[in-house]
Amino acid sequence: MATSLHLTPTAATDGFLQAYSAATRAKRARSLAFAGIVLALALLSGWVAEVDLVTFVRKFGAFTSYFDRIFTLDTGQRVWTDPAEWFWGLGKWLRHLADTLLIAYLGTLLGAVGGFCLCFTAARNFAPSPWAAALAKRWLEFCRTVPEIVFALIFVIAFGLGPVPGVLAIAIHTMGALGKLFSEVVENVDMKPVEGVVATGGRWMDAVRFAALPQVLSNFASYALLRFEINVRGAAVMGFVGAGGIGQELIEAIRKFYYSDVSAILLLIVFTVMLIDLGTERLRHALIGREQTA
Amino acid sequence: MTVPLTDGLRSVALADVPRLRALYPESLRPSPYRRALVIAVVAGLVGLAVFAIWRLDFSLARFLAGFGRLGSFVPLMLPPDPGSWSKALLFLHALAETVAIAFLGTLLAALLALPLGLLAARNATINRLVQFASRRFLDAIRGADALIWALIWINVVGLGPFAGVLAVMTADIGAFGKLFSEAIEAAERKPVEGVTSTGGSRLHQIRFGILPQVLPIMAGQVLYYFESNTRSSTIIGVVGAGGIGLHLSEMIRTLEWQAVSFILILVLVTVALIDFVSGRLRRSIIGTSRLQAM
Repeated sequence: MATSLHLTPTAATDGFLQAYSAATRAKRARSLAFAGIVLALALLSGWVAEVDLVTFVRKFGAFTSYFDRIFTLDTGQRVWTDPAEWFWGLGKWLRHLADTLLIAYLGTLLGAVGGFCLCFTAARNFAPSPWAAALAKRWLEFCRTVPEIVFALIFVIAFGLGPVPGVLAIAIHTMGALGKLFSEVVENVDMKPVEGVVATGGRWMDAVRFAALPQVLSNFASYALLRFEINVRGAAVMGFVGAGGIGQELIEAIRKFYYSDVSAILLLIVFTVMLIDLGTERLRHALIGREQTA
Repeated sequence: MTVPLTDGLRSVALADVPRLRALYPESLRPSPYRRALVIAVVAGLVGLAVFAIWRLDFSLARFLAGFGRLGSFVPLMLPPDPGSWSKALLFLHALAETVAIAFLGTLLAALLALPLGLLAARNATINRLVQFASRRFLDAIRGADALIWALIWINVVGLGPFAGVLAVMTADIGAFGKLFSEAIEAAERKPVEGVTSTGGSRLHQIRFGILPQVLPIMAGQVLYYFESNTRSSTIIGVVGAGGIGLHLSEMIRTLEWQAVSFILILVLVTVALIDFVSGRLRRSIIGTSRLQAM
């Protein structure tokens, strides 16, 4: 049996189709223009950044052979055939790695405390005065815009080589980053508890302690954990400029061409960072879950 | 915020506390379990911090001396002065290089991370094994900081900004891949089902069901990373991978404080400009995606 399909009159469909093709044409033209601009900018940047595809292609073999080399022992064997020789410095490296974690921890803690002290001043709804808020915001912005390695370079000169400048550099950068995130959280709190505290005669401190803090604390902890994870990565390279931790060992191994050491230290770093990632993710989910059920 | 101070009311309310405490003992008594938990967590955090301070060689004398020296650097930084016109031009060129590194690195990373993000997303991947493998691959790349990648790429393409581009790219592939896969997993299933019901293949589902939903989110993330990469590519030069970092670390190490502050101001202004532009762009992208959703 033949089924008949009810079609809309052509005059009406023509109108639809025209409007549709006009819309797609306009969209396509916009996408093309956008792609053109991005391409032009990419070519310009490629020129400025001396991107040389010929060298790249010719030397790309060096990339794979570098990885081949760092997984080969001095005896010419693969590293995994002799783990004891590969990880000959395990004790020393683990100590440096522990130092790296401590640098990240102390830096995160100090930075979080600093950010916590400033976040209520910087938040619009809790600022004691507009200019105090503006001042706090600018200061936090400065702290997080200057990269931590730059702070570390300067602090190494002031405090001498070692983990102290690394901790301070991470702390200052963390203060800037966390202070901003914290103040955004504070700006989004429910103001009714605050009004309640104020209505019973509470002062500014009381409002912060009993109305705002219970709402924001789990978020603060979650952000601080996220930052700790980032800071472990940052602390791993602090040694590049002499500010303590495993980075010192890594850059020495790379510069002095101790190939198998490079792969051993890199693996240790990547493994540690992955572990910390997993651990903090668990903790953060637990924190956020508790907040949602509460 | 203004807190009306009515001490009369406050004292009346406080005088009422003992009576209320007697009336509702359960709700006003602090829970011993909670209290013990809080004390244990705080004690653990402080204990670890004290251990870190001891292990990392913080001493008060060194600390004070360091801050004294740091204070003496500040007047030496004023007024910011590059030294000569040729040096100023050199710095400006290096700054352009830095921005180019960030732009090209972010763009390439986004292009390469898109397929990886699809493979790592539960609802777009080929099978579980591929998903697991690409997840772990992305995690491993993310474990190493851009500075570490820069050191490795320098061995391949030599010193210069090209190594910086490749380093930013490699470091960001991991981050983008993870963010993209999360965005893809959070996408609505209904458009995909719609495409399936009209007989679309797997690729059609991705192209017409998923991509239109996630592209604006991804574009926002890419722009955000471009901002943060401008910051991180300022330091890539510290290890010799192009950009302003090389000059900055050189000026810090040779104690040319006026040039240091000049470069820092250049960086701050550039970062602020890029933040402003990309913030506008991000807001307009998110705005159009909201409109399309409605």
